[in-house]
Order: sequence, then C-alpha cells, then structure tokens
Amino acid sequence: MGNYFSPERETASLEQIRAWQTEGLIKAVNKVWNNVPYYRRKMEMAGVTPDDIKGLNDLKKLPFLTKDDLREAYPYGLMAEPLEKCVRIQSTSGTTGRRVVAFYTQNDVDLWEECCARALVAAGATKDDVVHVAYGYGLFTGGAGLHGGSHRLGSMTLPMSSGNTDRQIQFMTDLGSTILCCTPSYAAYLAESIHERGLIDKIRLKAGIFGAEAWTEEMRHDIEQALHIKAYDIYGLTEISGPGVAFECQAQAGMHINEDYFIVEVIDPKTGEVLPEGAKGELVFTSFSKEAFPLLRYRTKDICILSREKCSCGRTFVRMSKPLGRSDDMLIIKGVNVFPSQIETVLLNNGYAANYQIIVDRQKHSDSIEVLVEMTPEMFSDEMSEIKAREKKLVGDLKSMLGIYAVVRLVEPKSIVRSEGKAVRVIDKRNLYKG
Amino acid sequence: MTTKQISVFLENKPGSLAAFCKVLEKHNIDMRAMCLADAMDFGILRIIVDDTFTTMTTLKDEGYVCQITKVLTIEIEDKPGALVGLLTALGDENVNLEYSYAFLSRKADKAYMILKLDNMAKAKEVLLKLGTRIVCQDEMEQIFGD
Repeated sequence: MGNYFSPERETASLEQIRAWQTEGLIKAVNKVWNNVPYYRRKMEMAGVTPDDIKGLNDLKKLPFLTKDDLREAYPYGLMAEPLEKCVRIQSTSGTTGRRVVAFYTQNDVDLWEECCARALVAAGATKDDVVHVAYGYGLFTGGAGLHGGSHRLGSMTLPMSSGNTDRQIQFMTDLGSTILCCTPSYAAYLAESIHERGLIDKIRLKAGIFGAEAWTEEMRHDIEQALHIKAYDIYGLTEISGPGVAFECQAQAGMHINEDYFIVEVIDPKTGEVLPEGAKGELVFTSFSKEAFPLLRYRTKDICILSREKCSCGRTFVRMSKPLGRSDDMLIIKGVNVFPSQIETVLLNNGYAANYQIIVDRQKHSDSIEVLVEMTPEMFSDEMSEIKAREKKLVGDLKSMLGIYAVVRLVEPKSIVRSEGKAVRVIDKRNLYKG
Repeated sequence: MTTKQISVFLENKPGSLAAFCKVLEKHNIDMRAMCLADAMDFGILRIIVDDTFTTMTTLKDEGYVCQITKVLTIEIEDKPGALVGLLTALGDENVNLEYSYAFLSRKADKAYMILKLDNMAKAKEVLLKLGTRIVCQDEMEQIFGD
C-alpha cells in the first residue's frame, strides 16, 4: 500500500523524525527568542532561555500558547519574520469576535501545500486526477489548502468553492471530478442532491477528503455508500497552517500527523501535564518549521488519543484519533468555529441581557443553529413590527459575527433551562463524538 | 382620555396562555378585554384589566415582560355599519389604525372598540368632531358596573 507523496519523509525512522524535530525545535526557540518580543517575555516569565532547550525532552519547559495569546498579540505580535517576507494571510474566527490571523512566507505556503498533497496522495490521488475543491475559498484555510495541495501534486484542480450545488454537480459530471474535497456535511448534501437528480451514474468520484468539522463513522459509511467512494478525514487548524496537519491513509484508522514539520504532545487540559502515549488528552502542537508564524506548544483544545502502533500503510508518523471532544466551549457548526461568547457579545452590543441558549442540530447530515433569546423589557414592544425589526437585527449581527446564519427564537423570560442555577448555554443534539 | 392597555410577551406554544390566565386567576385579576396577536414563534397579548397598576406589578413579579400602552376606547352603537363613518373619517385625515379589537359590556346596546392609532392626538380630534364617545380609564368601571 505504498502511495506516498514524500516517501523518504513519510516512512522515515523514528530516530530520523526525532532528529528533525530536535534540530527544528532548537532553531525555532532561538528564532522566536531573538525575533519575537512577545515570546521572549513569555519565556522569561516562565524562567526559560534558549539554552535550556537542548532536545525534545526539554519541550515541556516551554510555556503553552493559547488562542488568548494570539488575540493579545493580534495582528503582528507573534510574527517571526518581517512583513516583507510574507506572501499570504489566512484567518479564522476567535473568541469574542476577534479573528486570528496567521501569516505565511512562501516556504510556509509550500510546507502547507505539501502537507495537503500528502493527504491527497494518501487518499489515492495522482497527477491524473480531477480534484474538486468545494471548501470555501477566502480567509478560511479549507479551500486554499486543498487547492494548493492539488496544484503541488499536479492534478487538475477545480476551484469550486462552497455553495451553488447545481453548478457543483454539473462540473462534477461534465469534467469528471474524481476527488472531492469539502466538509463532510456538504458531501452528504451533495450526495443527496446527486441522487435526487438521478445523476449518480454520471459521477466519477473515487475518493473524498472531508474535514473542518467533526463527523462520525456512521456518517462516513453513509457518504461512502451514497457516492461509491472512500471517504477520508483530514485535520488541521489555521494557527498551525491549515488542513493537512494530519490526514488519513487508506487504512482509515486515525490521521497521520506530519511529524517532520509538527511536534505533537497530549496534555491533561486541567494541569497542563504531558500525558504518556495512548492517553486521552488535549493536543498541543509545535510548528517548528514555520517561518513567519511558528507556534510553540499551541493548545488546540481538541481532545484526542495518539497511537504509534505500526500502520498498514507503512507511514511512520504517529496517528491521532478523530477529535473526541473539546476542552473549551467551542462548537464547530457547518465547519465554522463558533464560541458561545460571540453570541453573548452580539446580545450585549444590542443592549440586551445575555440570557440565551444555543441549540445545534444535524438533520440529514446538515448542521443548523438556533439561538433562543429570553425576551427583555428592552427588546419588547407593543408593536409586532418593532419586535420583528429587533429580531431581524439580531439575526444580521449574528450572521456577521459568526459567519453563518442562525435562527433566532425569542422566548419567555426565565424559560431557558437552568442547571443548578446556571443557564445551560449549549445543547448539541448532534452527538458527534461517539466515534 | 386614553385607556391603559397591558401588552405581554408570550411564546407561541401550547399552554402558554393558560399559564398566563392562571396567574391572573391566582391574583384575582379581572380581564375586561383581550386580544392575542401572533408572529411565528411568539405573540403579543393585549389586555385591559380592572386594576392596571397591581396587574403590572404582579406580572413583573411573575417574570413576564410587559408594558403599558395607551390606546383609545370608543363607544359605538351595536349595529351594522356603526364603524364605517368613523373609520372613513380617520382614513380621510390620514390616521392609520395599527390594531383594534372589540368588547361588549354587560348592559346596554353598546359595543366598545379599542383602537391603537399612529397619531393619537389627531385621532381624538377626528373622533370628537364626529361626536364619538371616548371612554377614559375611570369610566371603565361604569361600563362594567352591575
């Protein structure tokens, strides 16, 4: 089962991987110490200097980096290269509305695209394939990542972006798309639409790479059956580069982390203590090869299990399970990161009390979000049109804050379920983390 | 010359009006008139009660979002066509009727209408010119007195 994009790296010995990581880590620590005052301050506060970091065992001496740091240092505070060397930014939503912006030099883009090319090859793609990229293009890393990976591989790239299902299906049939890249929920929706139109016999897809949101094995099975393909998971986050930090191979048994570029740790989210291999905990990444935006010990808040068991594909990179949950309250809805605090911010900005509840559901593999808002005297009016106008403004503000459409339902005061006096903020009916 | 109406936010779901009425019953509040307007998920209940102040206090204590709105109560003949003249006059003066509902009293051949208009001052002027009786809050008790 030997289909690799970079065989000498993807099947390197553990010693070789460790050597790359050690060399990279020492270089990265010196670089941020010299170039990034924010890092230097953090390291000084933790009482660490570059001299203390001699190898991978010293990694745990470095302080963690979180989304809060990224927010505090926004926009340029964590850059390790001058802006002139950067060629790209990508961005993702952060808590309380401030976005996280990541910078890339040309080498950083190359590294990212290579990771995505590896994912494509692992899913069976070659340069003769037609790669249909239906992830959103723009600041979101989904579109740009797989697009770049497909270019690197030399496949024919269809830069479809998301939406416009009729056009997606038309290109798929007319141009014979063979690899589909999008969110799993959109893949399920496309499958359904293709069947509705009776066009399944005209579809040439053989595999799909589906990421940016959690999905179950059951959903994988449904998509594979409906589209007659193999469906592969892919993992990544903008802060570390984008999709392709880890990818599934044909064994479909966990995602290989590109360890020649990223060091992974699993920690106890409460104590920060590094856990032994095989333990369930929060993933922490060190992107030592990144030039513009290297992150040391970045906490992902994704709860996972790592496995170094030999994989039948021959890759030696460690495998991560599908995320089993979050150690914070972030929700991923339609592939978009949503924090309850963002909804709170919208309500407070409108002068309303923050009594709300988010109900997330998935019907026919498609996510929906409904926000229950308790009526307040400020929001109420004797005139229906006034209330409707305020409701509409909330919907609009939520759309621009979250990037996705949320249904607002106004409810009676004190009607939101409280547990031990505390309102239950999120009801996620999707049951995503059952494996 | 206006009447105080209480507008209450209610969710559009089974049992919500019943629960509200139970609150009134518990506090011995008598509804004179009521009207329920509904949007998709919620409604605005508009009521006229015997004791507006106590009712407002009670409803707020019970956790309802409510407010007082000033409306006009007019007395009309309880017969066909009684509304035509005055509504036409209001329309001619470009006064817009936002909502309206009717109630009957225990006696007499009179009917009563609650009117919410976009220009209350102008409306009063038009109605008085027509000789329409506008019932003010204090006179309500007379209507309902036995």
